[in-house]
Amino acid sequence: MHPAASIIVFTTLSGLGYGLAAMLGLGLLDPAAIATKIAHVLALALISAGLLSSTLHLGNPQRAWRAFSQWRSSWLSREGVLAVAGLPVLTFNAAASIFRDAYVPAMGVLAVLFCIVTVCCTAMIYASLRSVQAWNTRLTPACFLAFSLSGGALLALLFSGVPATWPALATVVMLALAWGLKWSWWGRLDSLKALSTPESATGLGDIGRVRLFERPHMNGNYLTREMGYSVARKHAWKLRIIALLAGGVAPAALVLLSLAVGGWPVIALTGLACASHLLGVLTERWLFFAEARHAVMNYYGA
Amino acid sequence: MTSLPSVAPPKKLGLVIDLDVCVGCHACVVSCKEWNTGGYGAALSDQEPYGKDVSGTFLNRIHTFEVVPEGGQVVGEAGDARIVHFPKSCLHCDDAPCVTVCPTGASYKRQADGIVLVDEDKCIGCGLCAWACPYGAREMDLAAGVMKKCTLCVDRIYNETLKEVDRVPSCVRTCPANARHFGDFADPQSNVSIMVAARGGIDLMPEQGTRPVNKYLPPRPRKPLADIAPLAEHSDGAKGFFAWLDGVLDRI
Repeated sequence: MHPAASIIVFTTLSGLGYGLAAMLGLGLLDPAAIATKIAHVLALALISAGLLSSTLHLGNPQRAWRAFSQWRSSWLSREGVLAVAGLPVLTFNAAASIFRDAYVPAMGVLAVLFCIVTVCCTAMIYASLRSVQAWNTRLTPACFLAFSLSGGALLALLFSGVPATWPALATVVMLALAWGLKWSWWGRLDSLKALSTPESATGLGDIGRVRLFERPHMNGNYLTREMGYSVARKHAWKLRIIALLAGGVAPAALVLLSLAVGGWPVIALTGLACASHLLGVLTERWLFFAEARHAVMNYYGA
Repeated sequence: MTSLPSVAPPKKLGLVIDLDVCVGCHACVVSCKEWNTGGYGAALSDQEPYGKDVSGTFLNRIHTFEVVPEGGQVVGEAGDARIVHFPKSCLHCDDAPCVTVCPTGASYKRQADGIVLVDEDKCIGCGLCAWACPYGAREMDLAAGVMKKCTLCVDRIYNETLKEVDRVPSCVRTCPANARHFGDFADPQSNVSIMVAARGGIDLMPEQGTRPVNKYLPPRPRKPLADIAPLAEHSDGAKGFFAWLDGVLDRI
């Protein structure tokens, strides 16, 4: 699948935003602290930036409102509905913290639910497609959710200011869980036996082995541009390692280091951990698309 | 609504494509593009039509495959490998995944005859339906920003201003080899149902669970090359007149 920048940015940023909003919803941060107020604004900004970015790849973005109508059947519609429905809740929590220095537990828990379900809907858009076998697994929403929450936990750590032992350790555990899930997602991908083959795609398998002899047109088309992307396996492996190091190992090490160091350098170390995690998740998300093979490629000899 | 029809449509209109007959002339590709660029919905645009990197929107494309039987010889042009021309357009699936993923309700399957269509006024051009389709039946029109697909020439088949003979999809009407047939698969006595039963019509990618309506007729079997070798390398095993002739020719 073609790794479109708008979708990679959307899923990564909105995932982080929802993760942070979930942590804020749990009431883990002091609502009166100035850092918490900034965190609320950042969460809303990340979510909004992600949503706006997702409209960039639309052919007719002026009709995007129509996407709220088909929540009965479409995961994309469900995601849109939940994103918009959750926004007032998140805004309420942000306003409560910013203007009243308050945390409202009921609204906080509601926000957490919205965050989790919205991220799962985003992931299900991909996981529900049988035509893309790499994505068509429960591990896909598990990974999206784990990345969202571990990224949110890292950001919450950054905005909590005071170094505390148990939230830092919990964040490291969440990072380990997220990358553990991703590692098994990759393991599944590597061991996949293709569901569809050129033989089943053409129905000619009863006669023999099928190979594309001539493409339908001289040049590429929408299908080959949108779904024909492939990444060299050797590079994919290097990128997986880079994603794991930047997104998992480095942030965990920096957080643990910050515990050892203590004091104000903690902010710098946690900030670095967040930046590194973002880089890692962006790499992971790029691979998520680039490594996925679409069934239509059976007709294009790729 | 992008939910599929709750009861099976009374008619299941679709195509039978005969892979034994198709000669790969691309006449259906041209005729489809010509009809549909001026008919239902937005025109089928081309990008850089006179430039170096020409491409465009098509609802029907012909791929050509080489099929080599197990253990078959591949000897230049005379091998056991055979070339199969493979026209591909929307299969109007019963369980169309392109319909259920649509967030706007633009993509739908008609209750009356099972045709899968796009309401272009509702389409936001997100492209998710094209991702959901394993067959590559949908292509985004880059000029209009809406998804285009085969309409089964819905503006021909019910069009009473056309002569009755023309009330079939453009690709079917134009095919000079008669490789494409249009009909109702819900009727077991229809031309297409009889053809499918007689020739063992098949579904493409049944493992994708889409239950396509369109059926493909597989190429008729061929004799292995060894059985019909036109010029033998050796004369061992010759009998009767040929044994005598073999001997005479050897002695000359």
